[in-house]
Amino acid sequence: MPEIYADSDILRILRSVKTIALVGASAKWQRPSYFAMKYLQTKGYRVLPINPGLAGQEILGETVYASLADTPGPFEMVDVFRNSAAAMGVTEDAIALASEKGIRVIWMQLGVENPEAAALARAAGLEVIMDRCPKIEFGRLNAELSWGGFDSGVITARRRRV
Amino acid sequence: MTRRKTPEYGFETRMVHAGAQPEPVTGARQTPIFQNTSYVFHDADDAASLFNLQSFGFIYSRLTNPTVAVLEERLASLEGGRGTTCTASGHSAQLLVFFALMEPGDRFVASNRLYGGSVTQFGKTFRKFDWQCDFADFEDPEAIRTAIGPKTKAIFCEALANPGGVVTDLEAVAQIAREAGLPLIVDNTMATPFLCRPIEWGADVVLHSTTKFLSGNGTSMGGAMVDSGLFDWSAVQDRFPGLAAPEPAYHGLNFHESFGDMALTMHGHAIGLRDLGPTMAPMNAFQTLLGIESLAMRMRRHCENAQIVADFLDGHERVAWVRYAGLRDNPYHALATKYLENGFGSVFTFGVKGGYEAGLKVVEGCTLFSHLANIGDARSLILHPASTTHRQLTPEQRDVAGAGDDVIRLSIGVETPEDLIRDLDHALSS
Repeated sequence: MPEIYADSDILRILRSVKTIALVGASAKWQRPSYFAMKYLQTKGYRVLPINPGLAGQEILGETVYASLADTPGPFEMVDVFRNSAAAMGVTEDAIALASEKGIRVIWMQLGVENPEAAALARAAGLEVIMDRCPKIEFGRLNAELSWGGFDSGVITARRRRV
Repeated sequence: MTRRKTPEYGFETRMVHAGAQPEPVTGARQTPIFQNTSYVFHDADDAASLFNLQSFGFIYSRLTNPTVAVLEERLASLEGGRGTTCTASGHSAQLLVFFALMEPGDRFVASNRLYGGSVTQFGKTFRKFDWQCDFADFEDPEAIRTAIGPKTKAIFCEALANPGGVVTDLEAVAQIAREAGLPLIVDNTMATPFLCRPIEWGADVVLHSTTKFLSGNGTSMGGAMVDSGLFDWSAVQDRFPGLAAPEPAYHGLNFHESFGDMALTMHGHAIGLRDLGPTMAPMNAFQTLLGIESLAMRMRRHCENAQIVADFLDGHERVAWVRYAGLRDNPYHALATKYLENGFGSVFTFGVKGGYEAGLKVVEGCTLFSHLANIGDARSLILHPASTTHRQLTPEQRDVAGAGDDVIRLSIGVETPEDLIRDLDHALSS
């Protein structure tokens, strides 16, 4: 069963995080990770791309690092754009580096689920989101996803502050 | 069968609220009509992101418009879908979905009991794109299976068919579609999501003519393609190149890879509406949103009235037969009880003793029923399909579709039922 997260929890995470380490960044503009990185940048996040094959190069104005350990902190969130199996290694690295880099959240992308890694991270005091995209969630909870004709699931009579 | 998590709010709440938050700049509570074609970019990079589909936002109202988007989200919510692409009419919604799925030379299998306009579009006009429709008897599972070939890309039916009152066994058809690895597309115009939600029974895409019950008052043309987001367009390589292969009309973007369960809705706007152009007007979206605010109340009344009128006709000496799924002896009563909640719909047919000529006299003898070619209006409507909506079909096709020479179609409105009965009784007796 997929985990269900309260919209308020996702909003709290997206509002408190400032810098995101994106593991599995791509330099190709058609790739979903590139789409997500570009969108999150326009929303004011700093996104640090990680991809050992592209280390030293630049994506969207940011230097690419080979690993979480090589990436200069602080970054509060690790966005896992890898397959579900690889999420375990990334999570172990993140737990080991949590206090040094200021990591508080492990966010596994749409289609990425690793309950063992999630349990490990939660036991270490980290917050975990799985099988979601921060771009889509940001858009969904800020009424931007709705512009594309998608069901946001948000029902409210409150006036949003702009 | 639950294919999505249960919505947090009930149908009637979503009918009024889904997609429509207070407008944040002014606080306007009702959805504003954005009667506007084009949208100012913040800067060149913002424009580039929008054109590359990397950020959400508006470029040009042929693709997306804020008022239309409210209707799209509302329909997605009511049908339990991921997203919706609204179109200028129901026919263009059909064009849009097949444009995403089909290549020249491809085929799809459709029920032989469809609205006559769909039969003509599928069987005649689509041939100009080299899309072939194989019509099959959807009450015979083997006939559907036999019609599926290597080039088949989709299966199509109506949940509640117009005008024959045919109820499709959606679960059985969905099973066949799943086994064949094909998406099931269901036209839900006649039932509306208040009576039936085909995605819950296994449909992958739901289509609407919003012109009918959704707008509810005969003011506004419109259509909708609601995507469940549940079909895997990449499961079989090269089967759906429009959605799951590099798209030449978008610099090689692979919609399924980039947008996942949002692929078809993105394609509907970014390719379908952009390049074919059948966009819904913002005013029509607004009128349709107003209609949907009262959908549940109207549909209950439509169905109650239809049952009363059908019962009356069933006992009338001048009436040869009545085909309404709400009648206990109707062959579709059991299926209707399974698939339809809250009522059996308001469109049905009956035959007058005396055939063609007697039928025409009844149509012309009514003073409260409007003689016109539409359904789902608040006003009651009457029509002789064989001489109008189903005129382009062969006599055999008309018979199969339930639109033979003696058939009269009624779309029962929300008026006082005794008045409807009096009008019909007068027309039958004169």
